[in-house]
Amino acid sequence: MTRLTRRYEFSASHRLHSASMTEQENAELYGKCNNPFGHGHNYVLEVAVRGPVDSESGRVISIGELDTYVHREIISHFDHKDMNSDVPDFADLVPTSENLSVVVEKRLRRQWSDSFRTATLDAVRVQETKRNLFELRDL
Amino acid sequence: MEMLITRKAEFSASHRCYNPQLSEEANRALYGESADSHGHGHNYVLEVTLAGDPDPVTGMIFDLKRLKEIINREVVDPMDHRYLNFEVKPFDKVIPTPENIAREVWNRLEPQLRLSNAKLHTVRLYETDDLYVDYSGESV
Repeated sequence: MTRLTRRYEFSASHRLHSASMTEQENAELYGKCNNPFGHGHNYVLEVAVRGPVDSESGRVISIGELDTYVHREIISHFDHKDMNSDVPDFADLVPTSENLSVVVEKRLRRQWSDSFRTATLDAVRVQETKRNLFELRDL
Repeated sequence: MEMLITRKAEFSASHRCYNPQLSEEANRALYGESADSHGHGHNYVLEVTLAGDPDPVTGMIFDLKRLKEIINREVVDPMDHRYLNFEVKPFDKVIPTPENIAREVWNRLEPQLRLSNAKLHTVRLYETDDLYVDYSGESV
């Protein structure tokens, strides 16, 4: 099996706060991430795809087309945005990196089969800081 | 639970991604700058992962000194500071995309490990920090 992974970056802010908990519970659970003014990260996004290597091109996927797609579906909506206010998926969803990974996967999935015929989305990895990495795999 | 061990190696090589059966425009669209006529280079980073159980006597899945020797002999020595398209077979005929390089590395290493208790699990090849390929054989 051949899997190709491409790395992207975007910078965004968020605040971790759940409406179903009290102020104090939120503060205890999320700590600094509950700061009412929010805070930001340089997120690293890895998109892994798998599939056969095309005999003519020697490629699993066109890197140029993948870049265009990821920019259109993800980066343009997240980069230099506040996720709580600017990304509708987080209107009622806490933008933890777990939830961010799920949202990114859902958004990547939407037009995937129209854009890529032989390459399958294999994994989505979101790195919030150098110490926190979240992965959805075998999608 | 499967136990994996990974050894890293690096080599620097130049390549050009260009399919002579396609037009200039098609090559440009497909490979971008990688189709430029004089080629260009990368510091490739290779991660070779073996799967197996630690030997009860040595406590090792595989002797990493031997693995390093095999990687150097089969991959690093023949490819380091080479122009892959001209100097390293099969890249005179096979386009040296990272997908094809990863598969070639697998094909060179896998036979060398057949007699050991460890199995080649994955070959990961970084072309840049932002792009890497994993290859784990055809059967998986």
